[in-house]
Amino acid sequence: MTDIATYNFAYLDEQTKRMIRRAILKGIAIPGYQVPFASREMPMPYGWGTGGVQVTASIIGPDDVLKVIDQGADDTTNAVSIRAFFKKVANVAVTTETAKASIIQTRHRIPEHPLSAGQILVYQVPIPEPLRFLEPRETETRKMHALEEYGLMHVKLYEDIAKHGRIATTYAYPVKVEGRYVMDPSPTPKFDNPKMHRSPALQLFGAGREKRIYAVPPFTDVVSLDFEDHPFEVQTFDQPCALCAAENVYLDEVILDDHGGHMFVCSDTDHCEKRRADGHRGHLAPETSETHSTPEKLEPAQ
Amino acid sequence: MDIAAQSIDGGFADPVFNAQTVFRAVMDAMARPGSVQPLPAFARPPAPLSATAGAIALALCDNDTPLWLDPALQASAAVKSWLGFHTGAPLANTPADAHFAVIANPAEMASLDGFSQGTQDYPDRSTTLILQVSDLVSGAPLLLEGPGIETPATIAPAQMPRHFVEQWKQNITRFPRGVDLILAAPDGIACLPRTTRIKTMEA
Repeated sequence: MTDIATYNFAYLDEQTKRMIRRAILKGIAIPGYQVPFASREMPMPYGWGTGGVQVTASIIGPDDVLKVIDQGADDTTNAVSIRAFFKKVANVAVTTETAKASIIQTRHRIPEHPLSAGQILVYQVPIPEPLRFLEPRETETRKMHALEEYGLMHVKLYEDIAKHGRIATTYAYPVKVEGRYVMDPSPTPKFDNPKMHRSPALQLFGAGREKRIYAVPPFTDVVSLDFEDHPFEVQTFDQPCALCAAENVYLDEVILDDHGGHMFVCSDTDHCEKRRADGHRGHLAPETSETHSTPEKLEPAQ
Repeated sequence: MDIAAQSIDGGFADPVFNAQTVFRAVMDAMARPGSVQPLPAFARPPAPLSATAGAIALALCDNDTPLWLDPALQASAAVKSWLGFHTGAPLANTPADAHFAVIANPAEMASLDGFSQGTQDYPDRSTTLILQVSDLVSGAPLLLEGPGIETPATIAPAQMPRHFVEQWKQNITRFPRGVDLILAAPDGIACLPRTTRIKTMEA
């Protein structure tokens, strides 16, 4: 126990938490609808996840285990500082392991490890309005959502096809939630969109600067928009992860030198580390001193 | 006990953590309609307000949320002053002005469409109803499906409003407008958000 003045549990005052909690309940009741809320100043700049932080601060309790990822990584600045923030202001347990976390705050990725019922995924959202770049006026986009008038979004995807021969949108790929609201899944790569469909985890979205909260309850239909003759497709990679040899995961390109050398590695660092600990080796995996096993070890059956 | 003492006693012993626990139970129940989230008795409000409904009101209501009370609660000066002291929530003049409504006697309640339904532009501006029920197993079974429900779930809340299935069907057709229900039983919470469909009803 300390004598000096300290923050309220989880930083936010209780009235702010109640306000955000009411918005979360409304968001869950109307999946995909953006609920306005009175976003607060947080001790970090807009764009650093103030929306996600406020949602996490309002739901977190002393028994929760928090994981924070930034582009899939547990060890980048944003993830490290938000994890440290909650360790300090809420004194909660933190982890980097997806399966052990009860709340996962994420910036732009969904973990590779399948989420389970009871887990909560909190997204940091920069621009919550999927129609914003097509129609800048809030009054108009609100009307479009009210009237379920989403023709403009289909025109945008069609123009992609007309220009590029395929839908060129690769991230923040619009989805329709439970057949009603078109929603921005936050700038996750479209690779992750199928993971949102009927996910057992509760998904909450917080946009601090834009002052919106929205939600997708578990086991809810989340369908990526497409056309019959141009169905939705996710990115594919023609090589496995250079460190852990994982396939069918989302890879980041890492530049190695200024002569065009590069490698593709898992964006989900926890997934990659787990696989390497299990003995999976990619073609660029360093020869570690702690000899694991033979590099050509067969992948065990899943 | 006089009213002044009744209105002060029986709030959350630990406001921060009790409110968080109650909210998480409500959130989990809202995200998984048909599931029953257990809730210990954190609040001791004066009768006829139940401990569960009282705790939900303390966790979610404040001076930003006009509160509507059904006639049974309205008649109790102790309940009004307890809610006033602990939440600061103003009382709504009509059901349509309320952000939250607490119903002690759902079987006798006015119809669901009398409460605020929100607007097509702002469907979140609707009333959330807190219904006090004696249990969630002895009433007419309701088979539920919709978002949050993996395989159709059944709850059987007692003392539900008259013609509830028919009223709920109308509530769903108004989507995205409509009301959400929190069913407060003595030992737990279940929720019916406006997206939940009642598939069939057996007598």
